Amino acid sequence: MKHIQTINKAQLAVSAAKGGCGQCQASCQSACKTSCTVANQKCEHEKKD
Amino acid sequence: MIHTYQMNGYNIVMDVNSGGVHVVDTLTYDLLQYIAEPVPETCPPEALAALSERYAEADILECYGEILELVHAKVLFSEDTFAKYADFAVPSPIKALCLHVSHDCNLRCAYCFASTGEYGGGRKLMTAETGKKAIDFLVVNSGDRVNLEVDFFGGEPLMNWDACKEIVAYARSIEKSVNKKFRFTMTTNGMLLDDEKIDYLNKEMSNIVLSVDGRPEVHDNMRPCPNGSGSYDRIMPAFRKLAALRGDKDYYVRGTFTKHNLDFSEDVFHLYREGFDQISMEPVVAPADQPYALTEEDLPAVFAEYEKLADRILENEKNGGWFNFFHFMIDLDHGPCAIKRLRGCGCGNEYVAITPDGDIYPCHQFVGQENYRMGNVFDGTFNQELKAKFAKAHVGTKPACRNCWAKFYCSGGCNANNYFYAGDILNAYDLSCQMQKKRLECAIMMQVARYERKQSAE
Repeated sequence: MKHIQTINKAQLAVSAAKGGCGQCQASCQSACKTSCTVANQKCEHEKKD
Repeated sequence: MIHTYQMNGYNIVMDVNSGGVHVVDTLTYDLLQYIAEPVPETCPPEALAALSERYAEADILECYGEILELVHAKVLFSEDTFAKYADFAVPSPIKALCLHVSHDCNLRCAYCFASTGEYGGGRKLMTAETGKKAIDFLVVNSGDRVNLEVDFFGGEPLMNWDACKEIVAYARSIEKSVNKKFRFTMTTNGMLLDDEKIDYLNKEMSNIVLSVDGRPEVHDNMRPCPNGSGSYDRIMPAFRKLAALRGDKDYYVRGTFTKHNLDFSEDVFHLYREGFDQISMEPVVAPADQPYALTEEDLPAVFAEYEKLADRILENEKNGGWFNFFHFMIDLDHGPCAIKRLRGCGCGNEYVAITPDGDIYPCHQFVGQENYRMGNVFDGTFNQELKAKFAKAHVGTKPACRNCWAKFYCSGGCNANNYFYAGDILNAYDLSCQMQKKRLECAIMMQVARYERKQSAE
């Protein structure tokens, strides 16, 4: 494309269909404890398998 | 829904429901300001009329064609299809504990949310017996979750060192038979760290959070010892040693910035220069009448400083340096699934805090709030109604979040902050939201810059 560059796979909806196993870390346990950022957590789905 | 913004010379377009991130030219950026959903198959006449003075009509139409292509590919103005996952908002197994092994502290941090460690309930240490009961409670309530996290928290957890070790030993002794994997973490101020503890923590803790605010004068101003002297010189040699011996295991040096150090990028870079490469620096959360509290009037300075920090980190990377800043960490392709993002932090549902008396609260920040006491590990009580209430606290039920572009990144914010500063766990705490959005914009801009750098290198 000439005007637009897409920089990622944009698969949020796909991840919903495959997701929800719940094996990932609770976000507050990582390094915040006073705020919440969920998007920087790792997916643990593959590790579980 | 889309979110458009300009930063560091980039025109950035985020597609909220697909998670798509696009970098666009100025024409596209301007054109998008005239497009609303449902996106028409032909360019809106008002857009053509408004932009034709600055751009050739053929270019506008060509650009509109590209926009439509992305709309059809469902990565721009994509539909919200998440309603069908509404059943995620049900009580879930518990997978994480914040274990308050010490309601006592050997520092007197001015901004402490825990009333210098005692949480309003007196100075107490958790017995190993209570800790073991808490571990049993976690196992029994964890359902099919395999990875279970236990954070040794306080006050200062190292003030109760022997109990910490006994609790770890107990959990390890039952790990196989209950088919769980315990991941221990600790949040410490470092005052009692010595070689023996460093060695043990580096073996047993999957993550260690080391509390330090940055430059010596900034740190000592907010984190003094009970006698008023500074704590920086005491903790830093041990922190450096622990990080150096940590190997590939996770750790963070974690600081808090306040109104007194709105130039907090200096503190982040101070920690980097001191040899740390995993750094977190968070805005203080405090009542507005406190002299160190961040208020609405500080936001322009905070925003500018976040942008400056993002620039400095990119510049450092360009020069071959590297460190990870927790709040700018984002993986646009392999981040958490949308269900996790919809669920949010999970406090009170997947995550609870347990006090020295064995009382259960939704998270560490709710400790001491009698109306949020969920039960006790000794008498077996556990308020399922309250658990269900927290399960339902997510971006779909928080009115301010539903139409917010950042909802899949912050996932509804901190329920405790919402409760204490906006009156209800379902009310967004605006000051916090505004800073979170700025951090996200910076984080995504940095991903764009890195993408471009990689492209031009290839």
